[in-house]
Amino acid sequence: MLTSGVVLLAGSLLTPNPGLIFWTAVTFVIVLVILRKVAWGPIISALEEREKGIQSSIDRAYQAKEESEAILRKNRELLSKADADADRIIREGKEYAEKLRAELTEKAQDESKKMIAAAMDSIEQEKRRALDVLRNEVADLAVKGAEKIIRTALDADMQKKIVNSMIQDLSSKRN
Amino acid sequence: MATAPAVPGEHSGEAEAETPGAVIMHHVMDSNEFAFEPFGAVELPRMSIPASVPLLGGLDISITKRVVMIWIVAVALVLIFSIVGSKYKAMGVRQAPSGMANTMEALVEFIRLDVAKANIGHGFEKHTPFLLTVFMFILFCNLFGLIPYGSTATGDINVTLTLSVFSFFVIQIASVRAHGVVGFLKHLTVGTHWALWIIMVPIEIIGLFTKPFALTVRLFANMAAGHIVILSLIFISFIIKSYVAAAVVSVPFATFIYLLEIFVAFLQAFIFTMLTSLFIGLATAHEGGHDEHDTAVAHH
Repeated sequence: MLTSGVVLLAGSLLTPNPGLIFWTAVTFVIVLVILRKVAWGPIISALEEREKGIQSSIDRAYQAKEESEAILRKNRELLSKADADADRIIREGKEYAEKLRAELTEKAQDESKKMIAAAMDSIEQEKRRALDVLRNEVADLAVKGAEKIIRTALDADMQKKIVNSMIQDLSSKRN
Repeated sequence: MATAPAVPGEHSGEAEAETPGAVIMHHVMDSNEFAFEPFGAVELPRMSIPASVPLLGGLDISITKRVVMIWIVAVALVLIFSIVGSKYKAMGVRQAPSGMANTMEALVEFIRLDVAKANIGHGFEKHTPFLLTVFMFILFCNLFGLIPYGSTATGDINVTLTLSVFSFFVIQIASVRAHGVVGFLKHLTVGTHWALWIIMVPIEIIGLFTKPFALTVRLFANMAAGHIVILSLIFISFIIKSYVAAAVVSVPFATFIYLLEIFVAFLQAFIFTMLTSLFIGLATAHEGGHDEHDTAVAHH
């Protein structure tokens, strides 16, 4: 207590010393100039460069992230589009096959109908031809029979009757 | 510390220098010799500027103990930071700093971002070299003063005054640059009615000077007080002439204060730099309600 009292009372701690002020000012300015050149300049520029580097790295990382997300989105879109395309192609193929089958069936049916019709026609023709042949044959037979009958009994009325009934019979049978 | 304490109140010329108060004063004050008790002392050269030099003619510029300490600090700063600076020059962007460069980078980055950028804001880059130099200069002065036989240059009001005069000029120049001379003068009126100028302008002008004055006294008082407290604690054992007191009170407490001083060394260097950058920030801030804040800080 006593000690500090003496120190304060002495008051010489506040004594101005121009020489010290002068040397402090000179030294400080020299240190400031030297350090500014040799230390603060390189250190601060290195730090700023590093800050910029970190910032640009972050920026690049975000950019890369966005790009990859965009690519992923695009890929998904392409994939879904490809899926849709495949579905559509399969559907179209099925439809086409269905149509083709229907057409082929129809064609085949038409063909068979035509063939049947043609067969029927030819059967009809054959039948007609056979009937013609038969008719000629029958006529010949009739003529021969008539000849024979005529030769045996020239009973015209009766013979007429007979021939008529025979013709009747034939025609009814034919129909 | 080999001095035997004399009986307090003795007034013979020889014994007066031996009272505890005188010994403490001798230790916390500047002197013309660099003492290495008990090995002797180095007498430092006394000189003055020749009277023929204008303005400064006849000024006593003797090399004192404090001047030597400042030079030691200056040499240490230049050595350390030229090594660190050359490391940064040689280092690529992708390379991480190591060792001393890494340690100093933490301090530099702290002053640059948390002190300068946070308080000055736009255009802080111009002031970082000054703030960094002030911080390192004060920090090294504070720490070198803790080395035995050393002397705390920042515990001298002349040194702290010089540093705060530099701060004062930096602050005022920044203010004039930011607002122009007219804006600077307008700033002194704090935007009040002209009738109040007769009160406001002197208050504001006083405010300009109280800031560096507060810086001066805060740093000087903190550094000087720490040393006085350590020496006083040690002198307790000499005054009451007791080894018990030395073992129980003086040494443990002085050790504690010494450790506290290491913290205070960093703290005061930080506060000086912090307040300087805060004042620069306030002086360069553009209009918009910062005036109340300005006065609040000045009162603080």
